[in-house]
Amino acid sequence: MKRFNSVNDLISYRKLLLTEGLLIPGKNRIKVCCGTACGASGSHKVVRALEDYPKSDLDIELIKTGCQGLCQKGPVMKVEPYDYFYQKVSPDKASEILSTYITGLPARDLLYRESFINPPIEKMEGVPFYKKQLRVVLRNNGRIDPCNISHHIAVGGYLAIEKIFSSMTPEQVLDEVKKANIRGRGGAGFPAGIKWGFAKKSPVSNKMVIANGDEGDPGAFMDRSVMEGDPFSLLEGMLICAYVICAHYGFIYVRHEYPLAVKNLGIAIKKAEEIGLLGKNILGTGFDFTVHIREGAGAFVCGEETALMASVEGERGFPRPKPPFPAESGLWNSPTIINNVETLVNIPYIIEKGADWFLSMGTQNSPGTKVFALTGKVVDTGLVEVPMGITLREIIFDIGGGIINNKKFKAVQTGGPSGGCIPEQYLDLPVDYDSLAKVGSIMGSGGMVVMDEDNCMVDIAKFFLSFTQSESCGKCPPCRIGTYQMLQILEKITSGNGEPGDIEKLEKLGKLVKTGSLCGLGLTAPNPVLTTIKYFREEYEEHIHDKYCRAKVCSGLGMFIIEQSECILCGLCKQACAFDAVKETRRRFFIDQDYCTRCKACYLACPTGAVKIKKKRHVRLEEVFGIPPESIEIMERRCRMTLRDILKSKPPMIVTIQKNRTIRDAVYTMSEKNVSGIFVVDENNKLASIFTERDIVRCVFNNISLDETIENIMRRDITTFDPSTEISSAITVASRKKIRHIPVVEGDNIVGMITFRDLVSYLLPEICYMSEALY
Amino acid sequence: MIIEEIEIDEQIGEVGRILSKQERKRGLLIHVLQQIQENDGYLQEEVLRRLSKNLNISLAEIYSVASFYKMFHFKPRGRKIVRVCLGTACYVRGSKKILTTLEEEFGIKNGETTEDLAMTLETVGCIGCCGLAPVTMINEEIIGEIGTKKIEGIVNAIKEE
Repeated sequence: MKRFNSVNDLISYRKLLLTEGLLIPGKNRIKVCCGTACGASGSHKVVRALEDYPKSDLDIELIKTGCQGLCQKGPVMKVEPYDYFYQKVSPDKASEILSTYITGLPARDLLYRESFINPPIEKMEGVPFYKKQLRVVLRNNGRIDPCNISHHIAVGGYLAIEKIFSSMTPEQVLDEVKKANIRGRGGAGFPAGIKWGFAKKSPVSNKMVIANGDEGDPGAFMDRSVMEGDPFSLLEGMLICAYVICAHYGFIYVRHEYPLAVKNLGIAIKKAEEIGLLGKNILGTGFDFTVHIREGAGAFVCGEETALMASVEGERGFPRPKPPFPAESGLWNSPTIINNVETLVNIPYIIEKGADWFLSMGTQNSPGTKVFALTGKVVDTGLVEVPMGITLREIIFDIGGGIINNKKFKAVQTGGPSGGCIPEQYLDLPVDYDSLAKVGSIMGSGGMVVMDEDNCMVDIAKFFLSFTQSESCGKCPPCRIGTYQMLQILEKITSGNGEPGDIEKLEKLGKLVKTGSLCGLGLTAPNPVLTTIKYFREEYEEHIHDKYCRAKVCSGLGMFIIEQSECILCGLCKQACAFDAVKETRRRFFIDQDYCTRCKACYLACPTGAVKIKKKRHVRLEEVFGIPPESIEIMERRCRMTLRDILKSKPPMIVTIQKNRTIRDAVYTMSEKNVSGIFVVDENNKLASIFTERDIVRCVFNNISLDETIENIMRRDITTFDPSTEISSAITVASRKKIRHIPVVEGDNIVGMITFRDLVSYLLPEICYMSEALY
Repeated sequence: MIIEEIEIDEQIGEVGRILSKQERKRGLLIHVLQQIQENDGYLQEEVLRRLSKNLNISLAEIYSVASFYKMFHFKPRGRKIVRVCLGTACYVRGSKKILTTLEEEFGIKNGETTEDLAMTLETVGCIGCCGLAPVTMINEEIIGEIGTKKIEGIVNAIKEE
């Protein structure tokens, strides 16, 4: 291929490619996904089988593309010109795939089906996973061969480069990027245009551009897919950035766990340099920009920009204090722009199509799209690109197809170890930088791990913290020691040794680590713990007080019981137990609690699920009082309900009396309405006090005349309750203060009166059980 | 790989023009360590001593850098390196069980090597194959969607070697 010596060379080459018909629609083409995930599922074998299969006179082009997204159903492929989408293909299906070209009909068993009942879906656009997606960053993933620069140019690559080198000054490009308000996709969301502006202003001549591909977040693989599947777009984005700030050197920092990304980027750099789109004298304009690849060496903290630069310089990956910001003084003290891979891949499109086009997608403060790695307990896992502002529900249930095995959704974790867990109540939250921050999480790089009821949130928090703790570089004590101490407490809680006060300690430590740490890792490390405490405090409390893990994940917690009605007497539990805690009589198996170490071996061994893990308290209530566990659960649930629920359950009646009336009037009113307490109000009908039977007793005892006005004898320090108060806490307060009447007030409005009897009768059905058993 | 013959200017590339001699050498350090490890499997003290002389960086500093990054090892490693992914997605789908099974089967802990140098057991933060969770990497080969049966297969495959 000839080197381009001017922008016109590039334009004419593109024209040539199009007249030659490279990648034009309508031809026989099979696009096999050869991303890492599909590769692991065997897509290379499929390609080989297709190549080797005798095709007689069929003219078929095989293209090995980057990640097409639906990793769960890999290997996937697209069969053009029919646009059939095949999934879970295997080498022995080669003949079926190729027969498509003879019959024109799809191979039915390779098509995507939502379930056995639903008809198969023929085309990619019909698959629910792809329906709501909007592909900007992933525009070329799955369309082209990532190592073929002609493919890239044929589908519109380097159009932005054409535009800037022929008609735009660096200032105009910068203005366009600023106008597009593209925010850093690495997590913090700092506007890229503003960052570039800082570096541009700097008078220093040697400037650097770094693409941050050190995607260390567990559960995230967006950057990897882009680097593997569309490396030229990244080089294009870097070149535009270099053009704006006038930088001549660039680095791509890639994790060493991504060998394919390193390989493809290496090929891309070499090809781009050969053709004159990188290196010296780009497109004959005299502009130089060389790009080097640096492989990471397995340190999560190197994803932090200052630590990354230290690593490129050959130092330990310690973060450095900011300011000075990298844009002023970064790599080898040169002004350095460091952007996430995804941010840079967005840039060529913004330049090509204009900022207004970019602003038309997403929300006002977070324009554009975002790539998420949707993983965890969803049916269809994979790479998802959606416009900002889409709700979590749409991503998880519409795109991801809901939870595996129809279990109950519990939480979604965004932002990796720096993010937080978002509970069900926020499923309709629009996904953008600001709204995620509001609920205590972050956008992060885009990992999205879905959890169901089988995941223990305390265990998840421990998992993330153990990750950040081991990845903490150790430079600053709040992060080094703080995360360690927090982890110790979590270990204690999950192994059944939690103590009251541990949650508060965790919260306190978390806040300290958050405020005291030097870099992004420490500043965000407590987030998973703090958000799980915020939204799933109950689970923490259960672990600490009841020694029970509702997801049955943590071992060493709960009480192990064999449910006789479900037991099939297979004896596997007895075999599994290493401590001889499972005892056998002639007719049944049972667990000797004195020997049981709660290791869960029997629980996992039981084929019918007859081994149950229960709360110790529940087991006792069941044994002693015969209360079925369901009733205990109902009661516990009711205790968590609020005073408003009680008020709703009884007829609405508010009895009031003016405070200038006499005690006699009050007694008459109470007797007439048959209530034991009434509200005393002032002339504006505002609550002044309450008057109850106990006040009458007090008056009689103190020889107070019945004609005394209420104002003179009323108690002034009454306790009022908000309707949102939980029943359990209202009971606690009422019994501690020895009051029987609970006035419920919302702001200045009187909502109603609840007596102790109301509380009891509300919880009655279950309490009846208890009292029956007692007497 | 011969330490004394490292072409510093060639390996650091174009950017070397704006760097001082020492900066160039330093900037190459991690890259060279990676190459040594790829060649020898681990970092031997003898090699690092020679590297220290050649790059004019003290041995202590080389160790300080090498020990910071998880990738580098100072002890010989097994012929098969089994990396169990403990990323979030894999963890959520039960990769801990894979790790404990392998630990029990081979009688080694995470990070250790069997005595006959047959295999090294390691964990990794994320291999980026979350779509196939839980995932384990054996040398360069990725095995996804591991259930009880596949674990047995893995164990047998390693034992056969």
